[in-house]
Amino acid sequence: MDYEITLLTTMSISILFALALNFVTGLCGQISLGHAAFLGTGAYTSAMMTKASYPFLLTLPFAALTSGILGFFIGLCSLRVRHDFLAITTMGVGFLFVGVVRQQDFLGGEVGISGIPSPGFSRFWFLVFCLFLASLFAFFSLRIKKSWMGKVFESISDDEDVTRSLGINVSHYKIFAFVIGTSVAGVAGALYAHHLRFIGPDSFGFVESVSVLAMVIIGGVGSVWAVSITAAFLSVLPMVFQFVDDYKLLFYSALLFFMMRFSPEGLKGLVEKIKKNRKSKLDKENKNEQKAS
Amino acid sequence: MSKKLLEIENITVRFGGVIAVNKVNFSLEKGELVGFIGPNGAGKTTLMKTITGMVEPQEGKILLNGELLNGKPIHERINLGLSLAQQIVSPLNSFNCIDNVVLACGKNKTKNLFKSLFINETAEEEKKAKELLEIVGLGEVLNEYPETLPLGYLKRLEVARALALDPLLLLLDEPLAGLNQKEASSLGDLIVKLNEKGQTILLIEHNLKEVIRICKKIYVQDNGRSLAYGDALDVMKNEDVKRAYLGTNKNA
Ligand SMILES: Nc1ncnc2c1ncn2[C@@H]1O[C@H](COP(=O)(O)OP(=O)(O)O)[C@@H](O)[C@H]1O
Ligand SMILES: [Mg+2]
Repeated sequence: MDYEITLLTTMSISILFALALNFVTGLCGQISLGHAAFLGTGAYTSAMMTKASYPFLLTLPFAALTSGILGFFIGLCSLRVRHDFLAITTMGVGFLFVGVVRQQDFLGGEVGISGIPSPGFSRFWFLVFCLFLASLFAFFSLRIKKSWMGKVFESISDDEDVTRSLGINVSHYKIFAFVIGTSVAGVAGALYAHHLRFIGPDSFGFVESVSVLAMVIIGGVGSVWAVSITAAFLSVLPMVFQFVDDYKLLFYSALLFFMMRFSPEGLKGLVEKIKKNRKSKLDKENKNEQKAS
Repeated sequence: MSKKLLEIENITVRFGGVIAVNKVNFSLEKGELVGFIGPNGAGKTTLMKTITGMVEPQEGKILLNGELLNGKPIHERINLGLSLAQQIVSPLNSFNCIDNVVLACGKNKTKNLFKSLFINETAEEEKKAKELLEIVGLGEVLNEYPETLPLGYLKRLEVARALALDPLLLLLDEPLAGLNQKEASSLGDLIVKLNEKGQTILLIEHNLKEVIRICKKIYVQDNGRSLAYGDALDVMKNEDVKRAYLGTNKNA
């Protein structure tokens, strides 16, 4: 039973993390190739706090805040650089995070932080809590997609300049997407730290960023359900199959490469292509339904 | 104060060595419909983009209703009452026709980020978008995606979307290009009708015949410079204008 609970908790945390990236990349069309840095910021913030005897639940808002502040600045960057350059910039932020954390003795340096206290509830209730947060954010994402904000996000991921010419303050929306998508990643990080009770710089490296991006892209960019299912599935693969764990970067990169093989226009093209395929399929289904009825 | 809606003072736009717009002065009053003509490369599109903020001029001032537009971002200018149907059509390809227009109709709901988060309701905008698309003759393709439609349709979609923003000043950059004769004259009639209802319009158009038919007033630009501005028939008699247009016949 313990093993299943561990698996399910890992799944829930991965779903939350993948949905956080999906908010930025899937809904608003902004690539982040360094999202593990925000997971890490939240994880370190929360772990340092519980180690200093603050209650776990109190650390969550702070984890969200520190990651969100970092995300706000990346959001500002996204106003200057777009598409492929944004991918490179965010990737740089990911490397920078690991590089900086490694050098900080108070963060445990290379070794990381071990002996993170228990969150204060049993493993089962911790699982329930993680599931609750993942569902809550899934619900929020679905809610956003239905609102006018969802339309604006879709418009921005389609064409920013056109969106501006419709009187929409694109900058506000992009920064908002980054702040939400990164602070939620921070919360996922806090859960992660108290699930494993150990974190180190390598827990939040490029491999993690690539694997979460793989979850979002393979799931079908923007789709809350598909991304959740893919995240749940991909997150436990390394736990079930040792070879996936051994060759994580290779495995996820290969998955990503396989996806990109069908999109020569790079990441943005991939985003659009997947969106379009889904749309036209939906339309066909709708038409068929209309014919049938 | 003047009742001028748009004032352009001494605007110059350079692209590297090319002077696309050269010390242009121009103004427009509320309720006018002005035809804007000039040979290819005269800087017409550039001037339009300078008004909406897509291009920043190196010199000069632009005022809408007496308010200085220079330095303001595009979305603010749109919200002050401008809209532009571009020469190169720019539909949102992941939205179908009606949703393209719905998004523009929802200007007041998307203006504020936090408001947009709490509103789902689209019925009102859908009704208005449908009406606008029917007016421009796209009632049959409401649910089609832009990529499946020919240029003539996309041109009219562009116009419908610009209308959806309820502008004080409607800027149209060659909306009739790519339309067949019948579509062009019916859109031309629509432009006249909108103007009769009080819509102020600045219309760039290549087809001289159609411009003279539609517009009482014409502004001409050539090589980035203002050439003439005034009553359509007077302008067409202007020697400079004739030379600019019949330039190739100069030696004949
Ligand atoms: N973005 C740009 N970069 C460089 N040159 C440009 C750009 N836009 C327009 N031009 C140049 O400015 C001049 C005016 O172009 P344009 O305004 O499109 O003319 P028109 O619309 O009257 O045909 C042309 O010589 C064109 O090549
Ligand atoms: Mg032009």
